[in-house]
Amino acid sequence: MNNGQGKNLLFAGVGGQGILLVAELTARAAMHAGFDVKKTEVHGAAQRGGSVLSHVRFSERVHSPLSPAGEVDILLALEKLEGLRWAHFVRKGGFILLNDEERMPASLDTKPPEYPKDIETFLTGKGFQVQTINATSIATGMGNHRAANTLLLGAIAKRMGIADEHWIATMREGMSPKILDLNLRVFERGKELSLP
Amino acid sequence: MTKQLLSGNEAIARGAWEAGVHVATGYPGTPSTEIIENLAHYAEVDVEWSTNEKVAFDVAYGASLAGARALVAMKHVGVNVALDSVMVTPFSGVHGGFVIVTADDPGMHSSQNEQDNRYLAKFAKIPMLEPSDSREAKEFVRIAFDISEQFDVPVFLRTTTRTAHSKSIVEIDEPHRHPPKTYTQNPQKHVVPIWGKRQRANIEARLARLETWAETFAGNTVERNSKKVGIITSGISYHYAKEVCPDASFLKLGMIFPFPKQLIEQFCSGVETTYVVEELEPFIEEYLRIQGVRNWKGVPNIVGKKALPVQFELSPDLVRTGLGGAESPKAFDGELSIPPRPPVLCPGCPHSGVYYVLHKLKAVVTGDIGCYTIGALPPFKALDTTFCMGAGIGNAFGMEKVHRNTMGNKLAAVIGDSTFLHSGIAPLIDVVFNKGIATVILMDNSTTGMTGHQQHPGMGRTIRGEETYAINYEQLLRSIGVQHIKVVDPYDLAATESAIRESMNLHAPSVVISRRPCVLLESEKSKVRHPYEVVEELCEECDLCLKIGCPAIDGSDTIPVIARERCIGCDLCAKLCKFDAIRPIPVEVPS
Repeated sequence: MNNGQGKNLLFAGVGGQGILLVAELTARAAMHAGFDVKKTEVHGAAQRGGSVLSHVRFSERVHSPLSPAGEVDILLALEKLEGLRWAHFVRKGGFILLNDEERMPASLDTKPPEYPKDIETFLTGKGFQVQTINATSIATGMGNHRAANTLLLGAIAKRMGIADEHWIATMREGMSPKILDLNLRVFERGKELSLP
Repeated sequence: MTKQLLSGNEAIARGAWEAGVHVATGYPGTPSTEIIENLAHYAEVDVEWSTNEKVAFDVAYGASLAGARALVAMKHVGVNVALDSVMVTPFSGVHGGFVIVTADDPGMHSSQNEQDNRYLAKFAKIPMLEPSDSREAKEFVRIAFDISEQFDVPVFLRTTTRTAHSKSIVEIDEPHRHPPKTYTQNPQKHVVPIWGKRQRANIEARLARLETWAETFAGNTVERNSKKVGIITSGISYHYAKEVCPDASFLKLGMIFPFPKQLIEQFCSGVETTYVVEELEPFIEEYLRIQGVRNWKGVPNIVGKKALPVQFELSPDLVRTGLGGAESPKAFDGELSIPPRPPVLCPGCPHSGVYYVLHKLKAVVTGDIGCYTIGALPPFKALDTTFCMGAGIGNAFGMEKVHRNTMGNKLAAVIGDSTFLHSGIAPLIDVVFNKGIATVILMDNSTTGMTGHQQHPGMGRTIRGEETYAINYEQLLRSIGVQHIKVVDPYDLAATESAIRESMNLHAPSVVISRRPCVLLESEKSKVRHPYEVVEELCEECDLCLKIGCPAIDGSDTIPVIARERCIGCDLCAKLCKFDAIRPIPVEVPS
């Protein structure tokens, strides 16, 4: 049992971006570090390009797998609108990491939806710490755009209070050898990009 | 002891295996699917995807009667399909332990309705356990098998999306061997229509015994704290309440039916106010009110659905506010527009071709359950109805009976291959038998798409990938009397349109089989793909290409942009372009 400080995390994005994978890695790394951990997500319709959300919570003892709104320490959003959608879950002064990617949602009626402007400015104005990283383009440059999720995970890893050995062990256990090397490199690159 | 991070569904599979389950069956349905998928990893267990939930139930029940421990798993609406069989089993009892997993979906994350299956336990007079996390999920399966054998009755294990799909830490155990008992004939018990009356009184006596047993069941736990606030709860709601009211007294019901009468009365009489924190219907609250439980002052003081919503999921926020605590922060959609993000058909989805045609033909279309429900959304807006598994064909025939002259040549029912085999055959026989002319479009994508590619009888593979007979749809259709059958590739829009048009104009039952595998199947994903691009100089900005509803095409600018890494090169958008402006990206030849 780890008596260290726990964290409430939220992972958001669009179906197919690899949100559930980074949420799973985080939960496993926290368990590896000796925390009690709970993770929750909704599958199903979300896999078809809809909104995807996963909560991960770790501490000495976790009850609800869902964080209460206003109590999330870190929100990682692989798509900006999805970050905005769940930002009210983040505590005042909490950290929001946005992937610099905008995907227009499909429309529910004949009118095309309006994509909100200046999401970073809005969220900063709300008292959150906001960082934006163009993870998709960096990951593409490093070998595969699909590793954007791991890059962003690297960029929040230090904030979680989970030592490196646990992250690396978890990635070695959970990833196929085919993609492990790239993901370890991308994760390191993400760590370099993390704000102090 | 080893610790693992397991979802509720993985824990149920593990628990069933540890308890010596012999036969496990189900039909895929969110949020239950992973139970059977995970049980398939245990070589000792005979596991199958059944044709539908009733078949799954009957097969597992047969295994129980033969003397083995058996489990059947389905989503909440699956129990509706199996209910005819469920209702008889309290009369006939079990031989080997028999567990029915019902996975409810409060919040309708992936379901057409919201229903509280706790009522089915009361309705069928079958005991029900409800775990609150993965650790309990694993433990309660074992207990459910034990209760089943001890009381000679099937046992419901109820999960919800939140318990089924949340992961938490579980200590795993070694499996217990539970070899099947020998089978003995017992028609007095098992031929229910003849001897059922004799069993009727036993059902009530059994329930009374179960009620007594529940009083001391270790899964019904009491935590004595505050004398002011007592909370009666179960399942995931316990953790929400514990999170926001850590100082309250708790009665957590691990067995949700029948209730431990004395335990509940004692608990309520030790506190001032009893709050009932339960998701969906006031199932526990109704019981408390009927029993007339009183607080320590001797007056009834229960707060339930007056404070908490009856619809959708609960959350720590809803429980806190409902019990008089602070309001939670609200979403920012009051300040900025935050458009919803509905699910979409994948780039290259074979259903897109069919829906493009149906939209163009302005057809009246009755739908069914699967990914293809998305055809109701723009740009297709091609579906008039979607209700539940297998409903569409009957619905189309009913419409035809009323407006045959005006609608007869505009009417079609769409149904996926897995859904058709689940419950589409009987209604199609009805169309033929009663001289209907409805057109059925069987969208055969060679898998159960929506739930993540489970095997079905049309695929030629079992759950473990073993080869088996694959239904030949054309033969099947002919044998039930459908004379007009056309098979088309939905990527061939012209052929698809002419087949559907001709079939709808026929004065006889007809089926168009739209055949192309789901693009997410591994066999499809591994194919080499040549993505397309819009050649700006040729594009006339007519937006015709957007009518295929492909999420890889961003139409928000004047000239549509195809996302290269998401385009699979299906060519559907290019077929719609009248200016030849959509072309494969030239392959770079390495110099």
